[in-house]
Amino acid sequence: MDTCLVRMRVNGRPVEREVPARKLLSDFLREDAGALGVNVGCEQGVCGSCTVLVDGVPARACLAFAVQVDGAEIRTVEGLTTDGSLHPLQQAFHDHHALQCGFCTPGMIITAYDFLARHPRPSIAEIREALSGNLCRCTGYQQIVEAVQDAARLGAVPEGGER
Amino acid sequence: MKPAPFAYHAPRRLEEALALLGALPEAKLLAGGQSLIPMMNFRLARPQHLVDLARVDGLASIRAVGERIEIGAMTRQAAVETSAVVRDGCPLLVDALRHVGHYASRTRGTIGGSLAHADPASELPVVASALDAELVVAGPGVTRVVAPAEFFRAPLTVALDRREILTAVSFARIGPRVGWGFTELNRRHGGFAIVCVAAVLEVDGAGRCTKAAVALGGVAGVPVRSAGAEAGLLGHPLDDRRIDAAAAAVAGDIDPGSDLHASAEYRREMAQAFTRRALVQARGRFQEGR
Repeated sequence: MDTCLVRMRVNGRPVEREVPARKLLSDFLREDAGALGVNVGCEQGVCGSCTVLVDGVPARACLAFAVQVDGAEIRTVEGLTTDGSLHPLQQAFHDHHALQCGFCTPGMIITAYDFLARHPRPSIAEIREALSGNLCRCTGYQQIVEAVQDAARLGAVPEGGER
Repeated sequence: MKPAPFAYHAPRRLEEALALLGALPEAKLLAGGQSLIPMMNFRLARPQHLVDLARVDGLASIRAVGERIEIGAMTRQAAVETSAVVRDGCPLLVDALRHVGHYASRTRGTIGGSLAHADPASELPVVASALDAELVVAGPGVTRVVAPAEFFRAPLTVALDRREILTAVSFARIGPRVGWGFTELNRRHGGFAIVCVAAVLEVDGAGRCTKAAVALGGVAGVPVRSAGAEAGLLGHPLDDRRIDAAAAAVAGDIDPGSDLHASAEYRREMAQAFTRRALVQARGRFQEGR
């Protein structure tokens, strides 16, 4: 069986497609689920741009085949926004000018979201370590760290994440 | 790039997985995929069949069994890192896991996948070597237990027949008079090791070293146990002079190569420096208590 039936819930919406087994989760999310916030950078797990939450835990979408996570609940950066208004964590990135070209931003946001859900009061060193797997080639790290620090201070992400 | 086409198999039981390996000579096992999938994306690996172990019953568990901690091969690295059983019984493993990729790769990467992949610059084979891990291997109709020295054969090559599956690994519990250290040199946090060192030291009531294990990664195709360093510590109090001499002795046990990341000379120097740090960490754990 070179093709497989894959079912997922992506940001709360069910998606069901017959796809080739070799289809990466990142491509499934972009092409089949319309989640274009999943940015595909290096396709080798280095840049972190395609980081999404798979059943609530962060993963590189380019390092999983869609079929491997059949049945999963996926959350992408689009899933943080409600009623078209920015999530407080996104607002913090906006307020701190924590993006230039924006390519790394969805991965940064998802990584920071998961990190803050597990570490509500992080130190700067902990924030830097948590974001170390996400590359920003505009080199805006300083503002990104400040945004995450501010988001922590404001309680932008509840402990354990949003339900 | 995108991977070449393949057929996907998701067995539910170990026997089914073994049967698939027996029937499909071109099959490759898929664990967490954090090393295999990048290789497939680059088409450095083009398996015709992938046998995914993620849905096989009973391969993902962490159990304290007597004086050992047994971890199922498909246990995700993040689950091991956050396990209270592992933190209590095998904290060296937790320290080493923090150097394995990043959290978002450890949520999918597995203990068994990393060991079976056997990258010479990866951390878990070094820990397995330092702790004399027991690697449990299931084959058609038979299960065997393999020691690290036998398991790690060459870069990316382990003592697994193509019909066999690594199902679990067990580590001796780190006892009350045992200290451990893990140090790593790399260019970026989460990158592969230029050099990494795992040290485990046991002392008696008089402070003399009764057991020493010093294992290094990044300096050869497989993890290296430094017999010179270990012999220099055994039977002696762990003072600075002994630790310096043991770290220096590492140079005689390794023959590192040069690559674009580091020259052989640099690796040799750093192997000594990072061994010294790992030994000091291990000693510090007796002095300060855990």
